[in-house]
Amino acid sequence: MSVLVWIDQFRGRVQPASWETLGLARTLAEDGRVVAVVIGEGVENVAQDAIAYGADAVLLYDDPLYRDFRFETYNAALKDATTSENPVLVLFPATTRGRDLSASFACTMDLGLAPDAQAVQVEEGRVVVKRPVYSGNMIATVVVETTPAVVSLRPRTAPMPEKDASRSGEVVKKGAVIDGSQVKTQVVGFEEKEAGEVSLTDARIIVSGGRGVKGPEGFEPLRELARVLGAAIGASRAAVDAGWISYDHQVGQTGKTVRPDVYIACGISGAIQHQAGMRESKIIVAINKDPEAPIFQIADYGIVDDLFKIVPALTKEARKRLGAS
Amino acid sequence: MKYIVLLKQTPDTAELPKITPEQALAGNEGVTKVMNPWDEYAVEEGIRLKERYGGETVAMSMGPEEVNEALKSALAMGCDRAVRLWDEAFEGSDVWGTALVLAKGIEKDGGADIVLTGKMSVDGNAGAVAHGVACKLGVSLLTQVAKIVEVTEETITVERLLDEGRETVVAPLPAVVSVVKEINEPRYPTFIRIRKASRAKIPVLSAADLGLSPEEVGASAAKVKWVNLEKPAPKKRQVVIIEGETPEEKAAKLLDYLMNVEKVI
Ligand SMILES: Cc1cc2nc3c(=O)[nH]c(=O)nc-3n(C[C@H](O)[C@H](O)[C@H](O)COP(=O)(O)OP(=O)(O)OC[C@H]3O[C@@H](n4cnc5c(N)ncnc54)[C@H](O)[C@@H]3O)c2cc1C
Ligand SMILES: Nc1ncnc2c1ncn2[C@@H]1O[C@H](COP(=O)(O)O)[C@@H](O)[C@H]1O
Repeated sequence: MSVLVWIDQFRGRVQPASWETLGLARTLAEDGRVVAVVIGEGVENVAQDAIAYGADAVLLYDDPLYRDFRFETYNAALKDATTSENPVLVLFPATTRGRDLSASFACTMDLGLAPDAQAVQVEEGRVVVKRPVYSGNMIATVVVETTPAVVSLRPRTAPMPEKDASRSGEVVKKGAVIDGSQVKTQVVGFEEKEAGEVSLTDARIIVSGGRGVKGPEGFEPLRELARVLGAAIGASRAAVDAGWISYDHQVGQTGKTVRPDVYIACGISGAIQHQAGMRESKIIVAINKDPEAPIFQIADYGIVDDLFKIVPALTKEARKRLGAS
Repeated sequence: MKYIVLLKQTPDTAELPKITPEQALAGNEGVTKVMNPWDEYAVEEGIRLKERYGGETVAMSMGPEEVNEALKSALAMGCDRAVRLWDEAFEGSDVWGTALVLAKGIEKDGGADIVLTGKMSVDGNAGAVAHGVACKLGVSLLTQVAKIVEVTEETITVERLLDEGRETVVAPLPAVVSVVKEINEPRYPTFIRIRKASRAKIPVLSAADLGLSPEEVGASAAKVKWVNLEKPAPKKRQVVIIEGETPEEKAAKLLDYLMNVEKVI
């Protein structure tokens, strides 16, 4: 039995959820083969990393044609990989790109799709998946009726495998599998996000602010705490809608779904739509002036106080203990 | 130019926690339903495209009669007309079945230069119907779209929101465009428009009208079967309220818990 895993990389930088997905594939495949599919330009080092994280082999589609993520070219490479490997399962990390590509690929190949899985099993050759639906208010068990099945795995649901640089495996070099002149979609520009920010979906720790931070400058003490903890910055919709912070920080129903080890909610009341995006966090800390705020009902630790007093005190204490800058 | 907005009617997000697995499986959630919140951005963008470039904006949904309410909301916002696709045979369709019905609906309506969708439905959470429709129609697919920069006779230029930044992409028309919340601020319908929309007669197209045979759609054609639905096991959370004389003391206690008890920092 073989399992194919698509590795999500952007300009050589791999989304860590890819390695978690590879780790899950390793457990599912048992004695079978785990084959990573790496698509990009100048990404041989990614292929080597895939082996170090548990792949038995890598199909490497390395060509200028794949510099940019485009459905036409990436689907063609995946189709080529699937045809040659005949896997039971094609797994994707459920990152933004992973969800997009898995959906487009599955439909192109007329295969069943189970997006955003939080558990995957193979029972007598059939793939069974548990996935959150109704915005996390229910868990559906679904059976994928096609072989292969196409599944994307929610980030931070499977453990991060150990990287072992001494592992060996075969890297099969594949070039462009379609004629580039037929590809009509063109990426004509790219503007990078502020460097150094920790991405919300991969973050182990998130410091999040709501209407209680009172303005754009109210996020500054949160950012300082985040720097000391190595955390990402989240926000409620109220803070985003007020224009205090950009939308890509929004957590919740109409923002991102996160599941860090610690979620520190500062000045967030904990509306049901906010909870939909963060309820799965391992530990939830609420800092809020109002002891009646619903956030305390789902929190593990609460401080009923002014966030402008508590957050700087936390930063100072954490800096002392962690010795960070 | 012609624009078709695909929209779904979904439970009001505030009522999602009240729905039981039994209700959901029976397809009768017993709660207030509204236009899927993500689709408001698609409707707004469809209207703005018409305002920018002229043409017609059509709202389309696959669903039973109650879906007319969501379509009327789209009319009230400013869509020119609405079309509903429904047949008992459609019941139990998975994302690809839904995408096939919608693609046929679009073709039956004479096609579109740009098809707009929301990012995801708040009940199914697949985020895959746009991908399916583009695939079935064999046209360009643009996802995570935060801005439509320009539309010409042959092409569309958009900005896509990536985790790493913003990307500008040009693709040939026709195209399916799925939008994110950042793209616009949906308008509130005027009273007059609401009144007018409430009287609208919305045509319905059946499987036969769309040239679909029952085995191509619905539960029997589904490539993914839902075998169980349950409430997530409630996490046992008993909040520990941290007391202390000063902020410093509270901060220190909290860090003790996080570092020494939970070992998460
Ligand atoms: C369709 C739909 C989708 C939605 N999607 C989302 C979503 O994705 N994400 C999301 O977050 N929301 C979403 N919402 C909005 C949601 O319902 C709430 O309105 C929003 O989460 C409230 O944000 P808040 O908690 O920051 O603000 P508020 O509810 O106003 O809470 C502010 C809190 O800050 C506290 N506070 C004030 N000052 C201080 C201080 N100095 N120190 C400590 N505490 C203080 C107050 O006690 C209060 O509890 C959605 C709503 C709808 C209808
Ligand atoms: N039954 C439907 N009728 C019309 N559009 C739909 C339907 N279901 C989904 N869509 C569109 O597809 C998007 C993604 O939905 P989903 O793939 O179900 O998460 C939604 O935001 C809608 O724009």
